Amino acid sequence: MSYTTNEMMTVAAARRLKNGAVCFVGIGLPSKAANLARLTSSPDVVLIYESGPIGAKPSVLPLSIGDGELAETADTVVPTGEIFRYWLQGGRIDVGFLGAAQVDKYGNINTTVVGDYFSPKVRLPGAGGAPEIAGSAKEVLIILKQGHRSFVDKLDFITSVGFGEGGDHRQQLGLPGKGPVGIITDLCIMEPEAGTNEFIVTALHPGVTREQVIENTGWAIRFAADVKVTPEPTAVELDALRALEARTAAAHGGQVGGDA
Amino acid sequence: MAEILTLREAVQRFVNDGDTVALEGFTHLIPTAAGHEIIRQGKKELTLVRMTPDLIYDQLIGSGCAKKLIFSWGGNPGVGSLHRLRDAVEKQWPHALEIEEHSHADLANAYVAGASGLPFAVLRAYAGSDLPKVNPLIKFINCPFTGEQLAAVPSVRPDVTVIHAQKADRKGNVLVQGILGVQKEAVLAAKRAIVTVEEIVDDLNAPMNACVLPTWALSAVCVVPGGAHPSYAHGYYERDNRFYQAWDPIARNRDTFTAWIDTYIRGTADFSEFKAKLAAQQEAK
Repeated sequence: MSYTTNEMMTVAAARRLKNGAVCFVGIGLPSKAANLARLTSSPDVVLIYESGPIGAKPSVLPLSIGDGELAETADTVVPTGEIFRYWLQGGRIDVGFLGAAQVDKYGNINTTVVGDYFSPKVRLPGAGGAPEIAGSAKEVLIILKQGHRSFVDKLDFITSVGFGEGGDHRQQLGLPGKGPVGIITDLCIMEPEAGTNEFIVTALHPGVTREQVIENTGWAIRFAADVKVTPEPTAVELDALRALEARTAAAHGGQVGGDA
Repeated sequence: MAEILTLREAVQRFVNDGDTVALEGFTHLIPTAAGHEIIRQGKKELTLVRMTPDLIYDQLIGSGCAKKLIFSWGGNPGVGSLHRLRDAVEKQWPHALEIEEHSHADLANAYVAGASGLPFAVLRAYAGSDLPKVNPLIKFINCPFTGEQLAAVPSVRPDVTVIHAQKADRKGNVLVQGILGVQKEAVLAAKRAIVTVEEIVDDLNAPMNACVLPTWALSAVCVVPGGAHPSYAHGYYERDNRFYQAWDPIARNRDTFTAWIDTYIRGTADFSEFKAKLAAQQEAK
């Protein structure tokens, strides 16, 4: 089956979510990938959204982080304060699944401003739940489309920390979670290099060249000694993803719930 | 005891120029009608608190009601930017807007602290983030028992909180169902609280452990059917995703925004007139 690079990205991200994992899900691409995982390889993944639903099993993707579908399909709905206090800070989240406007080579995320904070070139939405998800989830997955402007050498603003300045900086900061373990893009998968904690390419999606990745990364991206090729999406994965998107578009009048 | 009032009277009596105001509702039950009424009455110099400013604060900011915004995620969910918020921050239109920026975990904890009568909240947050560098109200303290460094942030204690809920009984007890966000905490953190509801019923029939806000903890209850549009009221109506999309081009431009506010908010007497005018416009399309 032919497929798009966006489909490859979503499928590759979904595969990273183990069955039974408790996952704190950001809206947009993370929510799409997490639900694809739930509908394919990981039926018992537990999806938690910051608005309050725990164990949400939406049949269509939410457009907003607090859609009624999430509440109706959840095991329970708790107040937002409780989500952050008991479930995240309390240490019960296995995987924090985040999107980003920009990311750097240490997996730090900017969703706040481009340019100076006090006279920004572009004012982005801000932190939302990400800083504490990035800090307290046992591990973090990041999903975003790759490009020069989104994969930058130096962030203008660190909203949510990955490995900070690299090396053991994250440990020095005393953050409970392990930090980002993977950045999944439409071109490749990056993982932190042992020791430096700099993100390097560990798998290329089928048909993607190293040159493409280099062109679309704002830092001097390095490649692992053994770069794998991501297995192509299977028919089962693609069918599930396309059906999910079709249901979502029908329910939301054309919007696919992937771009928040 | 809450008084059962019209929304106009509740806003007249309980929202003052210069107040710190929280209109809460996490995607669900956003008190849009109350935001409109604050614009209609031309309230000024407000400090607006809300985790997700959403369209409701885009409207208040663009209408010149706000001097300061306390928030943690300022976008149009599923669509993109809040253009009036951005114009105020980037170009000081209609006037400069002071912003005080937090994370969700921080503001949620700050509401809990406010409802708990505490001056500040303590949470494990912000290590490695640049937010404390641009918000001097985010501080760090050491646990007196373990020495662990933790973040401390001031509690949110609004002069007035406004929320929308499904229903109230005739005494003014309110039942909130579905996604609760921080509405209960925001109400209990505030000096005064206004709740708009879809309907008033004889008996709430509230299940055990339901979220019921007792009448004696509220200032006013106002019946405003549809008052959370374009967000949703679980069990009553769904989120109007098309309106969120339609808002983008309206808010993108100062003139189209002002014309919209003049026509639909300043040019209507109340929320039911607004709804009728909006429905007529949508039918004409």
